[in-house]
Amino acid sequence: MALVLIVVLPLAGWLVNGMAGGRLPRPLVSVIGCGTVAASFVASAMAARHLAVPSDALTATLFTWIAAGDFTVSAGLLMDRLSALMALVVTGVGFLIHVYSIGYMADDSAYSRYFAYLNLFVGSMLLLVLGGNLLVLFVGWELVGLCSYLLIGFWFDRERAANAGRKAFVVNRIGDAGFLLGILLLATTTGTLQFDRLADAAGAMAPGLLTATTLLLFMGATGKSAQLPLYVWLPDAMEGPTPVSALIHAATMVTAGVYMIARLHPLFLRADFTLSVVAAVGAATAFFAATIALVEWDLKRVLAYSTISQLGYMFLAMGVLAMPAGVFHLTMHAFFKALLFLAAGSVMHATHGVVDMRRLGGLAGPLRWTALGFAIGALALAGIPPFAGFFSKDLILEHAYAAAQHGGSVALWLAGLLTAYVTAVYITRAAVLTFFAPAGQRDHPHEAPASMGGPMAILALLSFGGGWVGAHAAGAPLLRVLDRFFAIEPAAETLPGAPLTAISVAVGVFGIITGLLLYRRRREVTLGALGAFLARQWYVEALYDAAVVTPAKRLARFAADVVETRGIDGAVNGIAGLVGQAGVAMRRVQTGYVRNYAAAILAGTILILSYWLLRGP
Amino acid sequence: MTVPISAYLALSALLFVLGITGVLLRRNALVVFMSIELMLNAVNLTFVAFARQLLAIEGQLAVFFVVLVAAVEVVVGLAIIIAIFRARDTVDIDDVDLLRG
Repeated sequence: MALVLIVVLPLAGWLVNGMAGGRLPRPLVSVIGCGTVAASFVASAMAARHLAVPSDALTATLFTWIAAGDFTVSAGLLMDRLSALMALVVTGVGFLIHVYSIGYMADDSAYSRYFAYLNLFVGSMLLLVLGGNLLVLFVGWELVGLCSYLLIGFWFDRERAANAGRKAFVVNRIGDAGFLLGILLLATTTGTLQFDRLADAAGAMAPGLLTATTLLLFMGATGKSAQLPLYVWLPDAMEGPTPVSALIHAATMVTAGVYMIARLHPLFLRADFTLSVVAAVGAATAFFAATIALVEWDLKRVLAYSTISQLGYMFLAMGVLAMPAGVFHLTMHAFFKALLFLAAGSVMHATHGVVDMRRLGGLAGPLRWTALGFAIGALALAGIPPFAGFFSKDLILEHAYAAAQHGGSVALWLAGLLTAYVTAVYITRAAVLTFFAPAGQRDHPHEAPASMGGPMAILALLSFGGGWVGAHAAGAPLLRVLDRFFAIEPAAETLPGAPLTAISVAVGVFGIITGLLLYRRRREVTLGALGAFLARQWYVEALYDAAVVTPAKRLARFAADVVETRGIDGAVNGIAGLVGQAGVAMRRVQTGYVRNYAAAILAGTILILSYWLLRGP
Repeated sequence: MTVPISAYLALSALLFVLGITGVLLRRNALVVFMSIELMLNAVNLTFVAFARQLLAIEGQLAVFFVVLVAAVEVVVGLAIIIAIFRARDTVDIDDVDLLRG
């Protein structure tokens, strides 16, 4: 029952705020919006206390959803240690961002609509995380996609925002098509979608089918989690309100793909080829997105590319069988990336919406606390000990190195290491340009209100100290829990440890120094042809334009101008015209003279009679 | 002496053709109407002649029906003609061509 409550509470908030929010006073809307998520967090925490033993799982079956012969799917929920962790992250970070939104959205006219959407998102995400089978997960998966669309296009009167929402929806749809095919393939070959029966089902699957299924499922993950080649929607998604970027497009929804692979690890662990694809795509995306972040001018888009890059790390971890490390990084990333986004939101709040780093600067003085928060987030992202990101990123790199030693490709580790360096450079650049670079005259920026500062402070604490839950020096409580959940050998003994850690720390520090040296005095650092190449996003967008968007538009134009006007309209109008002309021709028969009708009757009678006469007896 | 049946049929056919000619060629609605009566009675003559020839009563029965229907038709038809005359001051059927396409 408690499980159902976790999901239903935010949905109730959505119903109330969505139906009646416009007539309620704003404080009440805020209380409903934040309160339901807080209650959901408490319910998750209380439910999670029952999971003392790794194999423990809470289930709740509401009703049988589909029953067709031997194949049944129930509308059920499942909470084990993985989903408990995810639910706590979703509701915890979600609650903080809800509170932050009170201050950030205070002047918006669609205040209650915003909170209704946000609550719907949290409810949908919890459904995704707590779903007891793949189909329930898929429902949540689609619902968070819908919420993402609604919130990216929240200011739908701005054309860019409306377009970005559509783009996110369409690109996600491509991935979801593969995801759905994977689900169907799994259902037809194994006859079950229950998570708790997947391990047996996976053992019985033919290797080829298993590879195909997992690859299709991974295709869904590349859409939702913005990996190559379907990452293009996430940078544009920054058109939405900044708390939305923090919650949906950094901390929670985009990690759904990682969670899905972790949830289906019995399948993926048996599909070696898919795992190598996952690792390769993750490593490639991590490096690719980090390089673009290096030249991006829009502060939020820098963070968006950073998110894509960090998600790449998580997929790299999944691919090299370091699933606990991947989930660990997911959690830490939720903390520090949400913090970075909220700090960026605070900057926008203070400067009335300026995100172009060429126009920002010198904010370290007036926005002292925001700058401190951003710096903590940046250090965590750059992987500097003892900040949260250090432990998780280092663990992933160590696993990648270990995988290379066991016959894997060393390129994965190198890509990860190189990305760590680029990451440190670009986040230093963003921090320097936003907070320290000399700026022109502007009206006095003001520090954020307490409702925005409080959540940032808590996230800053988590980004500063949260990493110890996965630190081997502190016994790594989170990792021990996850290791047993994934039934993977605790890898601590086989990991290279200290020397490698030293390398990754050195790379991070070196990156920060590079960033400081490059951008301390100068705003524009031209990287020549390489810079132009990166600024065009490796020409991926151009490639999409040429290969997909332009042909699709041409096809649409052809359909509208030729097929529609000449083909369909032509057929309809042609038939109508034919009937009309026949009528014009036939009206001459109707003279209106009685004798003509009489003559016609006579002629007809004679014809019939002569027919009978000639036919004979 | 008896009159052969062919004579009755010939007279009937003559009357019928006269009726048809009247319907097709005359313009006065009343005359057209009378021509229709002529055609009906031409058929009646055939019925009676065959009834006599074949010693069957059904022919005479049919004649009664025809006379009855003709009477009814006259009532309705004349009413229509009067209505038209009141509305248009004419009984010339060529002037009544509202159905012309």
